[in-house]
Amino acid sequence: MSDLVRIQEKDFSIDEEVRRVSAASKGIGAVATFLGAARDFSKGETITGLSFEHYPVMAEKKLADIRERALGNFNIIEMGIVHRVGKIDIGENIVLIVAASAHRNDAFMACEWAITELKRTTPIWKSETTSKGEVWVSETP
Amino acid sequence: MVTVRFFAMLKGLAKTEIKEYDIKAPVKLDELKSLVKRDFPALEGLLESRSVLVSINQEFAGKDAVVKDGDEVGFLPPFSGG
Repeated sequence: MSDLVRIQEKDFSIDEEVRRVSAASKGIGAVATFLGAARDFSKGETITGLSFEHYPVMAEKKLADIRERALGNFNIIEMGIVHRVGKIDIGENIVLIVAASAHRNDAFMACEWAITELKRTTPIWKSETTSKGEVWVSETP
Repeated sequence: MVTVRFFAMLKGLAKTEIKEYDIKAPVKLDELKSLVKRDFPALEGLLESRSVLVSINQEFAGKDAVVKDGDEVGFLPPFSGG
């Protein structure tokens, strides 16, 4: 399980993460993924870089909790969540949710729920570098 | 000793990440908040707003929570992960 939910500085491979989750069962027939990436604009400003900070231990606990609740509340077989912290360049990966189920609808629903829940409950903060300097982001759409 | 941790914009405003308080007997979270506001006036507005959550030992804490010796209290500005 610890491999399936991680916070790390280094980039991740979507293929590897999907394989890791899919290894849970031969009954998996659908895998939905959500990939969050670093875009170059925010509220009309040009962004040149991002940085993420987390509350160690608590953030990992919240991600593990999201996986547990997803497994309990949706008809999915396995879920993986990886979030990067530290400096992230434009275009790079930030977060990946992988939800695996027998049929597609359950995977789609669990994946959408998990990223929304992550944004709501996980102590991770983003700062954006703009021409005005580095600014902490206080709200996420 | 109670360890208070600030994150993101709170850390910037407080100009520190950690502040320790010599608290022996349990105190209400509100009392600890008052000490923090006294020591870090720049945080006053944010600590009074509902958008800043509080954790005790890495779990979310309600406003009636009690803080005791050895606890770690986190002041958590609005999350922006994902």
